[in-house]
Amino acid sequence: MNEHDVHTDPGAITDLTDAAARRRTEVAPDGSAAGYKARRTLPIRVELQRQIRRRRTQLVLGFLVLLPFILALSFEIGQSDPNRRTGGFVDLATASGINFVVLTLFVSSSFLLPMIVALFFGDTIASEASWSSLKYLLAAPIPRHRLLRQKAISSGILSFFALALLPAVALGVGVAWYGAGEVVSPTGEAAPFADGVLGMALAVCYIAINLFWVAGLALFLSVTTDAPLGAVGGTVLVSILSQILDQIEPLGDLRNYLPSHYAMAWADLLSTDIDWSEMTRGTFSALVYGGIFTLLAASRFKTKDVTS
Amino acid sequence: MAVPFKEANIDAPESPDSAQTVSIETRLYLPQQTPAPAIMLAHGFGGSLRSVHTQAEEFARRGFVVLTWSARGFGRSTGQIALNSLDREVRDAQKLLDFLGTRDEVQKDSGGDPRVGVTGASYGGALSLLLAGVDKRVDTLVPVITYNDLAQALLPNSALATPRSDATPAATAFAEDGVFKRSWAGIFFSAGMTSIDLSSPTGDAPESGQREPSQNSVQQPQQPGGNSGAQGLQPPTPSLGACGRFTPEVCAAYTEVATTGRASQQTLDLLRRSSPVAVTDQIKQPAMLVQGEQDTLFGLDQSDATARQIAAAGGQVKMVWYAGGHDGGNPGTALRGEIADWMAFHLKDEGTDPGTGFEYTVQGAFRSSGQPSLRTVVAPSYPGLAGGTATERKTLKLTGPEQIAVNPAGGNPAGISNLPGLGSVLSRSAAIASRLSLDMPGQAAVFTSEELTSQLLLTGSSTVKLRVARGDESSGEAVLFAKLYDVSSDGTRTLPGSIVAPFRVALPPDGSAAEVTVTLPGAVRPVESEHKLALVVSTTDQAFANAEQPAAYRISLASDEISVPVVPGRNVTEGFPTGALWGIAITLLALLGAGVVALFRRRMEHDSDPDLAGVPLVISNLTKSYPGGLTAVNDLSFRVEHGQVLGLLGPNGAGKTTTLRMVMGLIHPSEGHIRVFGHKVTPGAPVLSRIGSFVEGSGFLPHLSGAANLRLYWAATGRPVEEAHVEEALEIAGLGDAVHRRVRTYSQGMRQRLAIAQAMLGLPDLLILDEPANGLDPPQIHQMRDVLRRYAAAGRTVVVSSHLLAEVEQTCSHVVVMHKGQLVAAGEVADIAAGGGEATFRVDSPSKAADVLRGLEGVQEVHEDEDAVHAALNGVPRATAVSALVAAGVSVDQAGPRRRLEDAFLELVGE
Repeated sequence: MNEHDVHTDPGAITDLTDAAARRRTEVAPDGSAAGYKARRTLPIRVELQRQIRRRRTQLVLGFLVLLPFILALSFEIGQSDPNRRTGGFVDLATASGINFVVLTLFVSSSFLLPMIVALFFGDTIASEASWSSLKYLLAAPIPRHRLLRQKAISSGILSFFALALLPAVALGVGVAWYGAGEVVSPTGEAAPFADGVLGMALAVCYIAINLFWVAGLALFLSVTTDAPLGAVGGTVLVSILSQILDQIEPLGDLRNYLPSHYAMAWADLLSTDIDWSEMTRGTFSALVYGGIFTLLAASRFKTKDVTS
Repeated sequence: MAVPFKEANIDAPESPDSAQTVSIETRLYLPQQTPAPAIMLAHGFGGSLRSVHTQAEEFARRGFVVLTWSARGFGRSTGQIALNSLDREVRDAQKLLDFLGTRDEVQKDSGGDPRVGVTGASYGGALSLLLAGVDKRVDTLVPVITYNDLAQALLPNSALATPRSDATPAATAFAEDGVFKRSWAGIFFSAGMTSIDLSSPTGDAPESGQREPSQNSVQQPQQPGGNSGAQGLQPPTPSLGACGRFTPEVCAAYTEVATTGRASQQTLDLLRRSSPVAVTDQIKQPAMLVQGEQDTLFGLDQSDATARQIAAAGGQVKMVWYAGGHDGGNPGTALRGEIADWMAFHLKDEGTDPGTGFEYTVQGAFRSSGQPSLRTVVAPSYPGLAGGTATERKTLKLTGPEQIAVNPAGGNPAGISNLPGLGSVLSRSAAIASRLSLDMPGQAAVFTSEELTSQLLLTGSSTVKLRVARGDESSGEAVLFAKLYDVSSDGTRTLPGSIVAPFRVALPPDGSAAEVTVTLPGAVRPVESEHKLALVVSTTDQAFANAEQPAAYRISLASDEISVPVVPGRNVTEGFPTGALWGIAITLLALLGAGVVALFRRRMEHDSDPDLAGVPLVISNLTKSYPGGLTAVNDLSFRVEHGQVLGLLGPNGAGKTTTLRMVMGLIHPSEGHIRVFGHKVTPGAPVLSRIGSFVEGSGFLPHLSGAANLRLYWAATGRPVEEAHVEEALEIAGLGDAVHRRVRTYSQGMRQRLAIAQAMLGLPDLLILDEPANGLDPPQIHQMRDVLRRYAAAGRTVVVSSHLLAEVEQTCSHVVVMHKGQLVAAGEVADIAAGGGEATFRVDSPSKAADVLRGLEGVQEVHEDEDAVHAALNGVPRATAVSALVAAGVSVDQAGPRRRLEDAFLELVGE
């Protein structure tokens, strides 16, 4: 018998039965084993460990770290006019470190960021279902509402970390390449570096709130399907559809009801005289959509028969 | 919904006392209810009644009779353009008032006096002022982006030798001998020549609260005579010739100015007679003056003058400056609504009093919606009018040495401040157009202020005192252009409204300096802190008739101060979406409420039966049916007592796994219930913590090792680590060092063993294993049986499901047989397996053997099978029966107790 064999030592059975014989289970009034408390199940720390050790999480975070370097490099290769101070977001990208952050958010906020949020939220339950580990978590038992909540919070933490990581790395790259100069808006307004950093921090917060609808939808699809790809892909598709419809001018004011309509409202933070109205509406829209989807997800998950 | 209208041609005398007539085409739009007050809606220069069709419909929908007409010389009206002459166009309009007085649809003040308001933009706005001045039948008026004095509009001069009154915010010098506004005048004149309207703004000005760039409703393609409602009919071809449709007097006056750049007294008189300034002292009707902040043709100074003149004569004026004008667009929806509100109050006594205040729009930064941010500021009154307090003025220091500015020969190249007539193209980007401004090097003197320490909201015309002297011998006078830039801290210059103030100053021949007070262009501009103001005095501007002679001027500040008007007011906070804020609060409350309701519902769910506290598992009348009609489990009841190893036996599809899933709270029963240690099982019921389970395959995180999976699983239960007995469980799994490899690399059997080990974590009181033998090899199966039996012996209870009879017989103490979701048999394995003392003999010839057995005393119930006979021996030893059979020549292959369980089971399985 060597270590590589799959074999149960008869002594092990004795050990186990001895342990079982020695220990009588203490029972709490609610019928649970004494050490069990529903409110201690699936701590965030544990769920984060489970998720962070996944290759896809590491790849996504790695990509977000890499993206600003790729952008900076592409500007290096294609750049003819360093530190431009006029033009759109893309033209202004090299004006200062903050402008580079603005560009990074600008190019990623329509597709990449919703996709990352959809990934973290859409995958969270569906992947457990696809691994068949969901039933064991539920039978542990982790109450369903708690499982959903803890997983949503963990996905939220990961998503927010990803959302903040991208501009943070971009800021580092931007400052290293283009310096800590004033941020220049497309209208030519210039603001001090510190204001720019604050603005970007607020922008990240707004984007995080605005993507709540994506999170809610992904969570709903995640409890509805056992296929992680279905949940993530479905959410991304809806997001793209919403953005396409937002381009259709004849829809007029109806477009205000599209969940992605206020996705770019954070750009208002770039001006010296900040207009909060679009962002307020965006927050409202995201809360309503996200809230409805989250409630749907919770009620669906509560009554669902887990068969995978 | 189209509003019905009636068309009519009305004849009016060509001139007073003339026998000739001109024919004026008119349209009368009727509201749903008549009689109603009327609104006369005049069109802009180059337009016709068709170009105000949309606005007329809007008024009609608000419940007014609307009369539109083409002024003489425009559209299909005959006659020649006399530039709103009091004897011609204004008389025509009075004729239209007569016409309204005869219509039954129009509400009357008295006999032939209709209740009527007059409005119109630009040329039409001037007509509304003129008509209100000469005809008291007009009850109220709203002139829009129009002029007070056409002579000053086309030949402005912003410099006076003596300081002027600064009481009103946008008062300009209006000095004589102005500089010809060449570009605009040309566009204006050609509009009359060709009936192509280049001068009227197209598109709407942006408004606050408007979130989409509106490709608005009143935009008209540029077509001869305007197009709206034209229905393909071409207007009469204008009589061609150098003068087009202008009267010879007007034509001659234009030709004079355009060729010489100067206006004779006769021309000035002509222009002035056609201007509202001639009658403003007669206007007593309530008037709302609407002027544009993006207007290089008729600036804020024009409405300022009108307001002063009306107020001085005792009239009441409300002033509105909006973010449009000839360069920036027509009044938008909100402002048109405000005009209609004004009319409704003054003609119908409807709505709240719009008052006599002052509103101006402040244009800020661009927003994510693509529109510049706008806010409206409201002041109680237009400052500086008769009886009111004068405008507040802030004084800033300007610095700059005496500078020399050169006028190039021919006035070319010229500086650029605005692009007249392109207003229609640039209207949506007027804020960008304000950046196009260009000063030619060497042609301008620059004076700069200190950086501002706080925002300065410039509202109106600033004034400076300048000294201008000859730089050489060549010129007796100087034509100069003053601009006031907003310079941001990074050097970006913005010319508010793209407007310049031209001025002409006579220079003393002795070379000494002439001192003048220059009024800078009226504008509204929030100058941010850390920005500077820059005064630029240049010698050329391509929009004006520049001086032709080359010259150089010495320009310096006569006083180092610039006086900037500010009009404090309150912001109209339409911008902030309180609705959305309430929405956010309500949504958050609703979500919180849903959470609280769910919490209480969970609290209510708990249900326990203390009598059953010692019974590991009681299943009562359990049914699970699916919407498709499939019933997986049907009225199943059984109980498992402490210490048992219970086998749940049934063929595939019998409902075993579904039952076990319901025990684990994964599936909701359709009917019946399950109690574990007395507690009813619901999803996530706390009592589930006393169950260890392995149901239908393992479930591990493939990216983690076996050991990490078990540890994280236990961590997820939130229970103390010392209760887990992870080491013992891992030893049971017996994976060796594979336990540190990723689960992804495991074989089916290894996962199975790990899953059983996971089920045993925490040494649960009830261990539920679904088909545990699947994927294990015989020695492992043997070991597992041992584990289960000894685990139960240690005071625990085990439930095992299997589709293999042998498995259950060898592992379990008790058995429940299921088939098609129903209970078939239940009891001790021994009882069911070998009950009744019956025996089975496997023989070569069952029929012969049956005969032999029937012959034995006491033996009953003999059945034949294919290769066996069964009999109740009733105390007859099996050996005796065997020897009897052998003696009878039957060869006996096997003799033993009858396995009724197997029979029953095989029958169920269908074998």
